[in-house]
Amino acid sequence: MSSAIEIADVSKRFRLFREKPTSLKARLLTSRSRAEDFWALRDVSVDVRQGSSLGLIGHNGSGKTTLLKIVAGILRPTSGLVRQRGRLAALLELGAGFHPELTGKENVYLNASFLGLSRKETDAAYDAIVDFAEIEDFMENQVKFYSSGMLVRLGFAVAVHVDPEILLIDEVLAVGDEAFQAKCLDRIRRFQRDGRTIVLVTHALDVVRDICDRAVMLHHGRVHAFGAPDDVVREMRYVLLGAVDASFVPEEGTREAEVEAVELIRANGSGDGPVLRDDPLTILVDVRTNAPVGDLDVDFEILDGATNHPVLDARTSRAGTLIERFDGKKRVRFRIASFPYNAGKYWVTIGLSSRETGHLYHVQTQRYLFEVVDVPRVQERVDVPVEVDVEDL
Amino acid sequence: MAATVDVIERTSEPPRLRVGSRLRLVYGYREILLNLVRKELKVKYTASVLGAVWSLLNPVVFLAVFTFVVKVTGNSFPWYAVYLLSGLLAWNFFSVSLTTGARSVIDNANLVKKVYFPHEVLPLSSIGVALVDFALQTAVLVLFLVLSGYGFHLRELPLYPLAFATLVVFTLAMTFWLAALNVRYRDVQHLLNIGLLVWFWFTPIVYAGFVVEQELGKHPVFGVNPWNVFVANPLASIIFGFQRALYAIVQPAGQSKPVLPDVSLAWLAGVLALVLVGSLLFLLYTWRTFFDLSGDFAEEL
Repeated sequence: MSSAIEIADVSKRFRLFREKPTSLKARLLTSRSRAEDFWALRDVSVDVRQGSSLGLIGHNGSGKTTLLKIVAGILRPTSGLVRQRGRLAALLELGAGFHPELTGKENVYLNASFLGLSRKETDAAYDAIVDFAEIEDFMENQVKFYSSGMLVRLGFAVAVHVDPEILLIDEVLAVGDEAFQAKCLDRIRRFQRDGRTIVLVTHALDVVRDICDRAVMLHHGRVHAFGAPDDVVREMRYVLLGAVDASFVPEEGTREAEVEAVELIRANGSGDGPVLRDDPLTILVDVRTNAPVGDLDVDFEILDGATNHPVLDARTSRAGTLIERFDGKKRVRFRIASFPYNAGKYWVTIGLSSRETGHLYHVQTQRYLFEVVDVPRVQERVDVPVEVDVEDL
Repeated sequence: MAATVDVIERTSEPPRLRVGSRLRLVYGYREILLNLVRKELKVKYTASVLGAVWSLLNPVVFLAVFTFVVKVTGNSFPWYAVYLLSGLLAWNFFSVSLTTGARSVIDNANLVKKVYFPHEVLPLSSIGVALVDFALQTAVLVLFLVLSGYGFHLRELPLYPLAFATLVVFTLAMTFWLAALNVRYRDVQHLLNIGLLVWFWFTPIVYAGFVVEQELGKHPVFGVNPWNVFVANPLASIIFGFQRALYAIVQPAGQSKPVLPDVSLAWLAGVLALVLVGSLLFLLYTWRTFFDLSGDFAEEL
């Protein structure tokens, strides 16, 4: 299998002018030195195999979109090289190339031509496009009267019908209602089955884990992590979150009872900062019920951030604490006498389940992140036996 | 189909413009060009009652005003309407192409920043729209020539395609240049409006070319006939070509002086051919400028 896209040592510098001189006068009067350099990308090398799906993640401003634009040929790299094999369609913004004064139908033709379809090919695909977008009643209306949802539908419908060998998608799945999103994801999976190459930029980390077979995380313009989506997504959470952003936590369960808050109390009583190795640690879980729960079991699991292996877990029932039937709020404290593991990052997963059946009420995977540091020990005088021997030379 | 090239490499270096392959690429994206022209025409006329009639109104009003002016000032000559329109339509094509073409990249910033395509199609689409207007207006002029009984002068008519080709190439060259420069220096479009105004009056469209030839010939500057400088304006030769092809009569009967410059048909054809070659070279230069700058359009906008 050869590469569909080779990105080799690509860097991109933007010149930031405090005020961009767009007139001759300003250009003459402004010295070039007032421009500040901003490196949006630094020595980025990524190889996208033919038929693979790459997820590109990173926080806002990490360079994802810049990289995608360079691959699409919209921006020129400052240094480095991009090699592309096969026809490429880029969906950088839904409805880019839509004109408000034209009707939906005319816009389909306009938009399709930007993605490389001829009039004849668009004719052939037109019915399928309208069908996919599900807005046939509005195709003769001017697009300026469309809702954003309708624009999204039409834009994506056109894009998935252009039949590219390489499809670049930037953050466009975030829009549209759930049913349509599901339809789009379905279409993307079909692209994958057809052996096409996909590069997907998104903030929806679950989509990356779901769809992609490789992921790249960009951080301040550099490749911070590259590999299996699960690993990269985890790395992304590290960097992204000093504290865990609940919206990024994968959740499951039927929610008769819910995890309301999770706190980690360090030895000094504070709720944040690094945990010293061998220090005691208290995990505090606030639980709220939505319906009376009679057999609640609360458990936690601590995972090594580097390997994602569990290192420690506990469960209220196993510890002999049976929570009675209740409706309302309860606080559970797990006191860990000392946390003996190596310095590094650790995840806490919290689970609420049924003691009897094991049924999951609510599980928050990797809900909490904390860091363990080695204790800087004071050097003290200790008696260490010293052996002596002398030999002839 | 677009992007027929199998392997595409993108580097920091702007690739050298290779006219042949670039032309093929632009041709591959012709659908965008057609759609943009269609879109422009539609948008231009869609919400107006009279639609395309508007584009015919401009020369008609021009004609009315200037017929009146030359009558009053006593500078009129027979078939002034034919004379004026044959040059004016060409000028209109030129000036509309330049003004809309110069803005074409900026006006389509959202496309340039979001979609990949050869940016040449943007100024080309401006020219395409101007060309449609030109065709409409020319159709009306032809109708006028037939109905009024002025007819066509078959000996001079073959000059028309040559003049037209030269006009298009020169317009292309200018439009590419202005469109590219305007992205970096927005002054260009303001400068252009003033420039076009001056240029219009330095081109014999509303007045007779011969008068200028005669007057300028009387006042040599440093031993040079200013007329030679005047006709160095490529548009002057192009307009002369259009006028000679349609108006055709150098000196109308009963006029004391010729209206058109008194040169032979072959001579004018030669000048036009020269201007055409010059325009082609100019086009090569401005296209290269456009091509080199176009890689940074998305960033500059």
